[in-house]
Amino acid sequence: MDDEITEAPATEPDPAPEPAPGPDDASRPPDQVNATSDDTAEIPVSDAPPKRVRRKQPWPIRLTHWLNIPIIVIMAGSGLQILSAYPYMGPQGAQWGWYPLQGFTPPHWLKIGGWLAGGRHWHFAVAWLLVVNASIYLAYFFGSGEWRRRLFIPWHDLQSAILTWAYYVRIVKNPPEVALYNGLQKLAYTGALLFGLLMVLSGLAIYKPVQLHWLTLLFGGYDGARLVHFGGLLLLAGFVAIHLVLVALHPRDLLAMITGGSRG
Amino acid sequence: MAKLITRRNALLSIGSALTVAGCSGSITGGFLKGMEKWNEWFQELLFSSSRLAPEQPLSATTPEMDFPVYFISDMMPTPPIGWTLKVGGLVSHPGNFTLDQLAAMPTTSMRIQHHCVEGWSAIAQWSGPRVSEIARAVKVDPSARYVEFRSFDSGYWSSWDMPSAMHPQTILALQMNGQQLPPEHGAPLRLYSGVKLGYKNVKYVNEINFLSDRTGGYWENQGYEWFAGT
Repeated sequence: MDDEITEAPATEPDPAPEPAPGPDDASRPPDQVNATSDDTAEIPVSDAPPKRVRRKQPWPIRLTHWLNIPIIVIMAGSGLQILSAYPYMGPQGAQWGWYPLQGFTPPHWLKIGGWLAGGRHWHFAVAWLLVVNASIYLAYFFGSGEWRRRLFIPWHDLQSAILTWAYYVRIVKNPPEVALYNGLQKLAYTGALLFGLLMVLSGLAIYKPVQLHWLTLLFGGYDGARLVHFGGLLLLAGFVAIHLVLVALHPRDLLAMITGGSRG
Repeated sequence: MAKLITRRNALLSIGSALTVAGCSGSITGGFLKGMEKWNEWFQELLFSSSRLAPEQPLSATTPEMDFPVYFISDMMPTPPIGWTLKVGGLVSHPGNFTLDQLAAMPTTSMRIQHHCVEGWSAIAQWSGPRVSEIARAVKVDPSARYVEFRSFDSGYWSSWDMPSAMHPQTILALQMNGQQLPPEHGAPLRLYSGVKLGYKNVKYVNEINFLSDRTGGYWENQGYEWFAGT
């Protein structure tokens, strides 16, 4: 391993948890710290451990992020293959009239698996890779304390989210001060995590509507779970589209997801 | 060997591993086969002999014309003259059951949701003796771990794990929605269960064998998963 080691928690002289970074915390990149009027956070508090030097995107986050791409592509493609066997919503004899995509079959090039059985094999195999990858991510996310600068906590981040939005629509002149992510970004990425959970749960509800019937009931039954699961795929497509546009506008953030970015 | 595992190298090797996996049929085939085994274990783990498919209200019944009809023969299969249900394999009293004998056995009725592998659902009420009643009547040997159900629909068949076959909601249906089983739905006798996908529920049944080994099935042998629990 190269420089990765230096950011591993094992090299910490003090394993005590780091203090939660507030809006004025020193977890900001240095250039942003200097741009603010309040530099008091730069002075170490006597009983606090030395500030960990952490990259923007530590390697476990980068690894799980990039593994998500082949995993999600296969899940989406095989999912569309499965959908094609019955491209309707609602039970036989009572299909839902309000559902706008009744009978819509996805184009061939979007599907993976060749036929229904193949699509199912891919979907149920790679679903486990998704779960393992997500578990590694979540273990790191909570174990390392990364959640403090990534998780959207309403009473903490709502103001920043609103101010960022106000800045984007040009109601206010300057964006709010941020650590790693602004409130709106935290909201988007936390939403993505909850969304992933929803996809796994609605998928399980379709997979085992009898053994897990309490879960299936939570989605309004088998056909409700199917709708949530496919609706989730459409939402995911929207998330990916917006994500790619924003990354194209901020290539430095893409670089950080490859190299890890600056420490700070 | 002091070769550094750099990020670049690590990413490159992950990338090439995925490329190899995507191009080589044997590696992906092995991966999918292995994961199917894993999923079979997972499904057996989730399965409970006492967990029942929820009973559905009468109002939720699918109109009979909307309940899909399916058989593999070119024409709708008709039962042979003198039809009986032949039960054999690892049993001490193999035998042939007539419809009257089956109708005289304790009857289980259930109105439950049907789950097809294609993704659709439908609801009907099914009535008939449990497969476990048949097993008791023929005295199944403890060495039997699988049950195969065979039909006169061009040899359509499926083999089951014993616990799913002995589930209280696994029956040999003589009736659908309170009427004699219609020819389109497998008359005179079909297998019906809340714990398996549609293609495991053999219609037009005329033979049951209790076995020490699984014997695949019509769709299972073409690539559909064997366990197919719900």
